[in-house]
Amino acid sequence: MARFADAFLRRREASVLLVALGLMVYFRAVSDVFLTKDNLINIAQATAPTAIVAVGIVLLLVSGEIDLSVGIVAAFAPFLLHFAIDFYNVPALLAFVIALAIAAFIGLINGLIVTKLHVASFVVTLGTFFAVQGLLLITSHAYPVPIPESMKGRFQTWIGAGPWASIIWALIIVAIFHVVLTRTRWGLHTISVGGNPVGATEAGIRASRIKIGNFMITSALGGLVGIMEAARINTIDPNIGGGTTLTFYAISAAVIGGTALAGGSGTVAGAFLGALVLAELQNGFNLIGYSANTIYLILGLAILASMIANQYLSRLRRAGRT
Amino acid sequence: MTTTALQVNGIAKRFGALTALRDVTLHVDKGEVLGLIGDNGAGKSTLIKILCGYHRPDAGDIIVDGTPVVLRSVDHARSLGIDTVYQDLALINELSVYHNMFLNRELIRWPLLSNRVMRRRAAEHLKDMGVNIPDVTVEVAKLSGGQRQAIAVARSVYSDARVLLLDEPLAAMGAKEGALILDLIRDLKRRGSVSVIIIAHNYAQVLDVCDRVNLLQHGRITFDKRATDTSLEELTELVVAEYRRPR
Repeated sequence: MARFADAFLRRREASVLLVALGLMVYFRAVSDVFLTKDNLINIAQATAPTAIVAVGIVLLLVSGEIDLSVGIVAAFAPFLLHFAIDFYNVPALLAFVIALAIAAFIGLINGLIVTKLHVASFVVTLGTFFAVQGLLLITSHAYPVPIPESMKGRFQTWIGAGPWASIIWALIIVAIFHVVLTRTRWGLHTISVGGNPVGATEAGIRASRIKIGNFMITSALGGLVGIMEAARINTIDPNIGGGTTLTFYAISAAVIGGTALAGGSGTVAGAFLGALVLAELQNGFNLIGYSANTIYLILGLAILASMIANQYLSRLRRAGRT
Repeated sequence: MTTTALQVNGIAKRFGALTALRDVTLHVDKGEVLGLIGDNGAGKSTLIKILCGYHRPDAGDIIVDGTPVVLRSVDHARSLGIDTVYQDLALINELSVYHNMFLNRELIRWPLLSNRVMRRRAAEHLKDMGVNIPDVTVEVAKLSGGQRQAIAVARSVYSDARVLLLDEPLAAMGAKEGALILDLIRDLKRRGSVSVIIIAHNYAQVLDVCDRVNLLQHGRITFDKRATDTSLEELTELVVAEYRRPR
């Protein structure tokens, strides 16, 4: 028993799982509705977008990079879908693929500038953030539009409007990329490139290819989240469903989940739990009756506290026996 | 059938204003161990990094097994049988011992890594070498300098390389681990299939294990003798003479 407990606690995800469960118990105690079905759907729908984008952020952080533009790509993608369907009569499913491909292309540009021109990803993606925001506001005239007719029905339900649709997508994506990061060559090389960039190159790993790939995955996941959110709220709005909030939530989820900003280590499953913790905090304090402004303050402090705790715990883990 | 495993002619390399290599010509025969000595900054590591495909030379030819080649990348050099132990070891601290030993040569059962097979083989290889690492699943970060060096060497030795480049493989080694690496090189020599170029500062060890010694000075090879035809005194004198001359 003690050995199980020990093995569990030395897993990177353990601490954030305990926090997620603790919050669940606490909010259930102070609010009867916290664990009702309707509210669980709320939490699930708040968790999913953050979790999906956080998957990409984890891959990038582990390979030693970051993407600040992913949130605005999420806002842009449903407009691409709308343009393709309503202006060019493209079938909905094909338009969906095109929108994701264009999102991935933005990731490709980020990756190429970072790896070939050797500009820090923080700066590059800050640039792409504003550039894509400009494109978004120009092409949409800053007005929201209803989702295209041909998207309605089964496609809309499956992609995001169904009560559990988004969280199921999130769980599938998290499961896939957890395996990718821990059990495949791509994951091993992602860790290598972030852990020891020179050493990885000396071993013949093509660092640029790994990084560019991870930028493309992140952007494509951002695009997917944007389309999912548009399907859920039935509107394509340039001002919500993306932007900086989604990016910052995703980075917070990744870091709360136990991913280091320094590169070389991180966990996708942890990032999912991080997104769950953020959603619980927001939802729970909302139920208790705090105003939205107070919740931001609490959220900020909670993020700081969990990041400090994580830093401390991972140091303990590293010092631990082997 | 040629007996030269690797030959380079007139290799030059500049980094901006710094000329690292002027005109390097050397060769290593099949099954031969060549010792490369020289001052710090003489260009030894640069030469190794050119031979392994990490840097491209500005001028000169590289001939592998009698065929002129342009080494496009480390991967390409590896595919031609040239493998390297770098001075900085090129280990990934965050990965386990066995993942490091199979880095960029992972065994795959698509799409997943064959971790169990890699774990077993890594443990076998290290045991064969006499390296005492009880658990190959440990992160490399937790090992001592000597153990890390042994893993880096083991990784290249078991890669089926035909030309092995060792950049100061004895630098971080204690006496015991150093002897282990030297034994390994002797063992390779006995098998006769692998050529080795080894950079070292300990001339006694160089004379002990190498067939031939080259001295690299100011980006040129200035000395080439069989180990049996030279002595510790001569080698020391050669390197120190240059330092004394201007005085």
